Amino acid sequence: MKKYPVETSLSYPKLGAMGKTGSWRVFKPILDKKKCVKCLRCWIFCPEGSIRREKDDSVNIDYDFCKGCGVCANECNVKAIIMEREEAKKK
Amino acid sequence: MALKDFPLDECLLQGNASCPGCPATIGLRLVLKALGRKTIMVVPACCTAVIESLYPHTSFDVPVMNIAFEAAAAGASGVEAALRQQGRTDITVVAWAGDGGTYDIGIQALSGALERGTNFIYICYNNQIYSNTGIQRSGATPFAAWTTTTVGGKTEFRKEMGEIILAHHIPYAAQTCISYPEDLYCKIKKAMSIKGPKYIEILAPCPPGWRFSMDKTVEMGRMAVDTGAWSLWECENDVMTFNGKSKLILEKKVERKPVEDWIKYQGRFSHLFKPERDEKRLKAIQEHVDLLWERYRKCYVKI
Repeated sequence: MKKYPVETSLSYPKLGAMGKTGSWRVFKPILDKKKCVKCLRCWIFCPEGSIRREKDDSVNIDYDFCKGCGVCANECNVKAIIMEREEAKKK
Repeated sequence: MALKDFPLDECLLQGNASCPGCPATIGLRLVLKALGRKTIMVVPACCTAVIESLYPHTSFDVPVMNIAFEAAAAGASGVEAALRQQGRTDITVVAWAGDGGTYDIGIQALSGALERGTNFIYICYNNQIYSNTGIQRSGATPFAAWTTTTVGGKTEFRKEMGEIILAHHIPYAAQTCISYPEDLYCKIKKAMSIKGPKYIEILAPCPPGWRFSMDKTVEMGRMAVDTGAWSLWECENDVMTFNGKSKLILEKKVERKPVEDWIKYQGRFSHLFKPERDEKRLKAIQEHVDLLWERYRKCYVKI
């Protein structure tokens, strides 16, 4: 990445600037690909941009950063996304 | 414009500091998709200053300048003047501020920039509170809404920023909502194609501030438009057009839903329903919305 010689404080873009935000999640969205009609509503409304749109307009969920808000499940017209409680993390 | 036509490029990176279900990031993603990478953003103190995350990292993949609360439009004017001096006319300068930085603190700088005819886009994402500092009342907070500084409910009605902006007679002003991505995208694209000052206001229902479940963000915006509490319009060279659902409501093709349908789902209005219904204030809210639409009809419906 290009660095700029400036005197003021300058931040540089980084994927996951606050770390893996997927650890914030309480409910996990599960996508049923058989039900999906590729309307892309989940992709456009995902606040985090965690739903990846592939070349053929199918979608995949990036669980590293998904915060589990459930907007995708609420906006899915065919109910292809359901929210499931995260299993307790093993210590 | 279908959802399939939206560009794939993401200028807002994942793993930022926004709350789950944040409407500002939905708006930012859509706005940056429309603007593309040839953009300089000026962000005053607002939630987005937090969403940028911690130094030395940022979650924005476009240049962003952070500036004092009241100075978003003034800063954008400076950036625009510098670019003009360098002969770089291909770059869009965008001021992105919250409703506190627009309605209350930044209105003087905004009015000045609009009057000077600065070639920039001012975007206000309106979540009707100072959510960044912990849900205080702002000029955009509706009547009877709870905030941490109006515990029994706000006693004043919100001001109509859109009409204040229209009084400047700028080339383009619009009001939209995050729940209508096509509408938002087209309005940003149109603003980019016009020279001069542009103003776009986006309604952003804030789950922690409005006290509703975080999965209902988009639904809450849609309900605000359905009930007439918010309207979608654009004003190009003093010609006012209503869009989408608001157009149907204005032309009376669709019945406007009672505003209670919208507020009963929000915890910030829960004191109007519990322990008993506060009929007086509920009526006042409905009458305020009715009056607004009557004014719209009087001003903008051609007979």
